[in-house]
Amino acid sequence: MKSTFRTATTVTAALAAISLLASCSGGDSDSEGSSDAAGGTYTWWDPYPQHEDGSDWANRVQTCGEEAGVTLERTAYDTTALTNQTILAAQEGNSPDVVLLDNPAVSTLSESGLLSTVDELGLDTSAVDPNLIGAGELDGETYGIPIGANTLALYYNEDVLEEAGVDPATVTDWASLTSALESIEASGSGGMTFAGIGTEEGSFQFLPWFWGAGADLSELDSPEAVEALELWKGWVDDGLVPNTVINNSQNTTWEEFLTGEFGFVENGTWQVNSAADAEFPTGVIEIPAQDGGVAPAPTGGEFIVAPIQEDVERYDVTRQIVECMTTPEGFVETANTFAYYIPPTAEGQDALLEENEDLETWVSAVQEAKGRTSDNLGTDYPVISEELWTAVQNALSGAATPQEALEEAQANVEAELG
Amino acid sequence: MTTLAETKAGRGSTGGAGRDVPPAPPNKPRRRKSHGTQWTAIGFAVPLLAYLAMFYAYPLWRNIDLSIHDYNIRAFVQGDADFVGWQNYVEIFSSSLFMQALTNTAFFTIVSIAFQFSLGLALAVFFRNYFPLSAPLRALFLMPWLLPLIVSASTWSWMLNSENGIVNSFLSAFGIGQINWLTSPETALLSVTLANIWLGIPFNLVILYSGLQNIPDEVYEAASLDGAGPWRQFWSITFPLLRPVSAITLLLGLVYTLKVVDVIWVMTAGGPGSSTTTLAIWSYREAFGTGQPDFSPAATVGNILILIALLFGVLHLQLQRRQEAR
Repeated sequence: MKSTFRTATTVTAALAAISLLASCSGGDSDSEGSSDAAGGTYTWWDPYPQHEDGSDWANRVQTCGEEAGVTLERTAYDTTALTNQTILAAQEGNSPDVVLLDNPAVSTLSESGLLSTVDELGLDTSAVDPNLIGAGELDGETYGIPIGANTLALYYNEDVLEEAGVDPATVTDWASLTSALESIEASGSGGMTFAGIGTEEGSFQFLPWFWGAGADLSELDSPEAVEALELWKGWVDDGLVPNTVINNSQNTTWEEFLTGEFGFVENGTWQVNSAADAEFPTGVIEIPAQDGGVAPAPTGGEFIVAPIQEDVERYDVTRQIVECMTTPEGFVETANTFAYYIPPTAEGQDALLEENEDLETWVSAVQEAKGRTSDNLGTDYPVISEELWTAVQNALSGAATPQEALEEAQANVEAELG
Repeated sequence: MTTLAETKAGRGSTGGAGRDVPPAPPNKPRRRKSHGTQWTAIGFAVPLLAYLAMFYAYPLWRNIDLSIHDYNIRAFVQGDADFVGWQNYVEIFSSSLFMQALTNTAFFTIVSIAFQFSLGLALAVFFRNYFPLSAPLRALFLMPWLLPLIVSASTWSWMLNSENGIVNSFLSAFGIGQINWLTSPETALLSVTLANIWLGIPFNLVILYSGLQNIPDEVYEAASLDGAGPWRQFWSITFPLLRPVSAITLLLGLVYTLKVVDVIWVMTAGGPGSSTTTLAIWSYREAFGTGQPDFSPAATVGNILILIALLFGVLHLQLQRRQEAR
């Protein structure tokens, strides 16, 4: 009996202590919020931890804050952490004012009612290329503006291609690409390398071939989709690409290419500088579609979004900050800061090409590119993508035929999305 | 009993009745004293209890809460998830991935522990005999433990690389063709298990070695006087006397191995396909591995893992009790 009483009191005491702590922490965040508003401090989150305080990028962010008459407090996370932090902050009611969000996450967060629309902010998005802003649209509303775009293309090693007698200009469809790979293989080098890892990167890299065959993400087991996967599977089986592609991330792929042992590599705009520094001359061509022409590659890159605030007065300054980042000059400056961002507006692209003609292939690739969450897939995309990369892995590793793997993927998607 | 009776009386008098009839003066000092010690005791216990509640009870409760609601991101932010009861569990158990994840987990855990333990024990017995350089050698065997996991896992995945890994180039010297260690569904699970065995040996070595220190030398001396050889000494002295330490080593090893995410994630991310997807990887992938966090299924798988670990913990306690009763 004695112990019962003790337990009862201790539990009560513990609960009291917890509620005390809880109320303390609650009070903290409240006072923080109000001091923010009073001091004119706005919060800014981006996924570029590589750009430290004092770097060009950090200074540029500060300048935009100063122009709007406030101090910007910038915090950098890595891409996945940024999405999770934004969700957690919204749950606790202290969202940042501006976030640079990876484009496939925009529809997920806007569907969750986390982001304000561009109309609410009073922003004009008419100049932005429709294929690029697609990733930020959901049910007729737009939830952000791309600050730049990147996409995939095929880099090639000029030395290897020359030795194999391959002219990159002749690579115009899948058949000519495969025969180019065969010639390279015959000359003793590796044909090509890409990333088939079991994460979003795997789907990202497969999509140009998937879309290039005319397949649609709403039907993973269509004959076109099977043909795309059979193309990859055939390359792996014939040794035209290394077996390691099954586990390669995009970074690993690029490292393989830099060894100089491969003819082609599928990689993105972000490697432009690294390609220029490679120990061999490189070039770049757009990814061919099955029967010729350019395959739509998926767009990468961040959107500038404004999470919903309780205090709507803040939106006016937020709009000024966003506008500062999205003028044509702003886009070009961003592109130069990162060296791999193609502006999402025609005006911005022209301005960039004036400064740097070499980026023309990339500008045209971005114009052809397609948002992963567009076609009104929105929040269904992550589910589909997971099944797609699993199917790619199953087929390439020989666990299933391309047909079986994609049929299973489609069945799983239907089961999950209902 | 006396304390409680007194306190009860005291409470009664300070409460309702106490207003009209003031309590008898002689009782006062004694009551205050007992009250004081009671509160002091509670005061000392509060930090610990608050800590336990905040960092153990609440997360556990939250995990259960997540698994019986349907949390998508919207519900997570607004806190209005639908209550779905056992539905998440039903979905997990009926998922085509469940059996594969369970058998992968079983293979990974059992094979890892069997080899970690036997190799750790062999090394511990080996190092029991002092010889020149035995201390530095033993320290070298701790290396896997000291390296950050991301480093050792990346190194293993380079070594096992199909095209230019050192393992394959070594094997090719003996005329063995390319083995796709990490990219073939037949060998991927074996490869990550191999890496995990290497990582776990130091832990087993250290604990078993310290257990060996507690076996008195006299026992061995007596045994050798009786003519027992090293083999006989091991099975009749070392092994039985090491049993309590072995049991706890195995239990800890089991709990550690069940929840391994990092090694597998760095080496294969659960692939190719789902051939290295264990329950822990599955849970991690649902929550953080895709573009869309699914906290409810992730928490459900996590709870199943906790239950499995708990089951073996209870089993361990039962065995221990039976041993003590003997």
